[in-house]
Amino acid sequence: MTIDFPPLALILFFPALGVVFNLFYGRKAGRGAVNFVGTSVIFLAFAVALWAFAKLRMMPPGGALAFTLWPWISAGNFHVDIALRFDALSAVMTLVVSGVGAFIHLYSCGYMAHDEDYARYFAYMNLFALAMLVLVLADNLLLMFVGWEGVGLCSYLLIAFWYSNSEFAYNGRKAFITNRVGDAGFILGILTIVGALAAHGVWTLSFVGMNAHADLLQPVAVTAALLLFLGATGKSAQVPLYVWLPDAMVGPTPVSALIHAATMVTAGVYMIARLNFLYRLGPDAMQVVAIIGALTSFFAATVAIVQSDIKRVLAYSTISQIGYMVVGVGVGAFAAGIFHLMTHAFFKGLLFLCAGSIMHALEGEQDMNRMGGLRRKLPITYTTMLIAALAISGIPFFAGYFSKDLILESTYTSGHIWLWLLGLVTAGLTSFYMFRLIFVTFHGESRVASEKEHHIHESPPVMTIPLIVLAVFSIIGGWVELPEGMIWGGAFSRFLAPLVAGPVTGLMARPAAMAGSNLSPSLVLSAVATLTAIIGIGIAWIFYIQVPALAGQFAESMRALYNVLRRKYYIDELYDLIVSRPLFFISTYVLHRGVDVMVIDGIADGLGLRVEESGEAVRKVESGNVQHYAFVYLLGALAVAAYYVYLVIR
Amino acid sequence: MTPIGYFMALSAILFAIGVAGVLVRRNVIVMFMSIELMLNAVNLAFVALGRSVGSMDGQVIVFFVMTVAAAEAAVGLAIIIALFRNRETVNVDELNLLHW
Repeated sequence: MTIDFPPLALILFFPALGVVFNLFYGRKAGRGAVNFVGTSVIFLAFAVALWAFAKLRMMPPGGALAFTLWPWISAGNFHVDIALRFDALSAVMTLVVSGVGAFIHLYSCGYMAHDEDYARYFAYMNLFALAMLVLVLADNLLLMFVGWEGVGLCSYLLIAFWYSNSEFAYNGRKAFITNRVGDAGFILGILTIVGALAAHGVWTLSFVGMNAHADLLQPVAVTAALLLFLGATGKSAQVPLYVWLPDAMVGPTPVSALIHAATMVTAGVYMIARLNFLYRLGPDAMQVVAIIGALTSFFAATVAIVQSDIKRVLAYSTISQIGYMVVGVGVGAFAAGIFHLMTHAFFKGLLFLCAGSIMHALEGEQDMNRMGGLRRKLPITYTTMLIAALAISGIPFFAGYFSKDLILESTYTSGHIWLWLLGLVTAGLTSFYMFRLIFVTFHGESRVASEKEHHIHESPPVMTIPLIVLAVFSIIGGWVELPEGMIWGGAFSRFLAPLVAGPVTGLMARPAAMAGSNLSPSLVLSAVATLTAIIGIGIAWIFYIQVPALAGQFAESMRALYNVLRRKYYIDELYDLIVSRPLFFISTYVLHRGVDVMVIDGIADGLGLRVEESGEAVRKVESGNVQHYAFVYLLGALAVAAYYVYLVIR
Repeated sequence: MTPIGYFMALSAILFAIGVAGVLVRRNVIVMFMSIELMLNAVNLAFVALGRSVGSMDGQVIVFFVMTVAAAEAAVGLAIIIALFRNRETVNVDELNLLHW
């Protein structure tokens, strides 16, 4: 059942209003007005989203709200509308984007309080919210792609926000270009789908329409799914296109929290869940998705344990956690993937905001080696960050516990024992690096530079309130999906079920090992995962609190491995060697000096010179003597007359 | 009646003299008079041809031509006077401001 619900347009209208105001009147209006407008438009969008959500909850399962703004493309039989669709999946995404986004905007008011370019900052942030909401509310693949590109643009603009630093600008370009690679795959995926449907006379790109004709997509399912997944690896920072995300941390910290942790980078997961009918048709593609996700999550976690830049640790942690979500959707547990996306938005957004709060207190310090002992000076930041760390580690009853557990359980029960094992190890690594971060930053002796030491201060309320709100959600956010059988157990899955549930060919086979067990498998798996997490915390405690010298000794004894991890497996160097350098070489010597200078400039300059020369020759004709002209005119007249005479006497 | 050929021949001769005058003379006033001569050559052809086909149209057109010629003479002479006042010459070879 679908109801027409025009207020959906307001969810997009408010952020758009913010963009226009901040971009054109921001500087004139001043900081207060920019903060107020920039933040309140997102809260208003959130309010409308809540209204729509309430309306959706009153409808029977599988219902949706829809609104068509205007026709967009109309070419022959091919019609695409600017149309919005608010079903269970977009509801979750919209609430997360606008809700978490609203509090991060509020936090930004405090974080950017000393930046001169506040108007541009809020314009970009509002534009990001607008693009992201277009992405999640889109009714068809093409409009989704508009949002997809829009968030990519905003990501670039905000990574390179302090563009006068050339390294920051370079990192912005790196993110943009890496995303281009993925987006090329995304476009090819769309074209594959259009081609397959059009061959049978079906001209649609709307999700409902494609779902209805899913059988036509069978022949191209694996191709299209993998091409679209290439887009997802770019946007969601998965192997092999994850390289931009750690470098994206040079942007303002609230940007990292909103774009590079909570919302944009999870767009790939949302896209896969949205197109689950397509992925279902190609089990091979899903297998690839699951394996890439598991590898990414493990790989990023190993890098995270040795980084010393607080934001870089969180960046690799984000890559790792998105890997979990990708595993979830890859093994057919689409609801679990989206569930982890939601809880991750709470606790990872919170972790970044806490990191921002620390940097705010330490005047931009990001190196954990120059922190330590901040627990007493930043009590609110400490408490909320501890909650987030417990949540991401999967300690029972915190949000991350339920979602990570659900993914691991689905991985196990769908028969991917190896991926489950990898996920389990990653869970241990996760709790280790998170508590390494907590212990190194907040416990032990202070290593803060002495000139900064005396004015370490807790952040103002405008920054701590978002921390507290997100901390609350990092605790209770997971309770929407209690284990099956408890109070409202499985509520979240049931809410999404009409959109994402369904059999996956050849994936849901239960492993034989489970058959004879008396214990509830989910309980055993959960216990194992929790134990792993606690072991991770324990090791971190021994390394960084009990015997602080141990970490250094350990690194020393395995110097080779430590260096490989520290240098991020040399992947950046490798890409530089096989991609960047050849590209620069070809661009400089073949395309620029060869094609551009010699061929194109040669043609253009040559044409210009010939024109000049012929002009020089022809201008002699212009004597300036009227009688010459009259004489030529006479000759012409005689020629015409002669022609007519010739016609007559012929 | 005089054959039409004579009139046409006279008209052609007058016209040719006018063209030659415009092309070869350098004095603006003479060139101007040559133009008047060409107009009158055409007038002669109109009248002669009109009469030979038994129509009044030719004569009517000649009145128009004479009217226009009168207006043209007034404007043209005014221009020449203005020119002379400014440049103290009526030789076209010296009137070459637009020449490269």
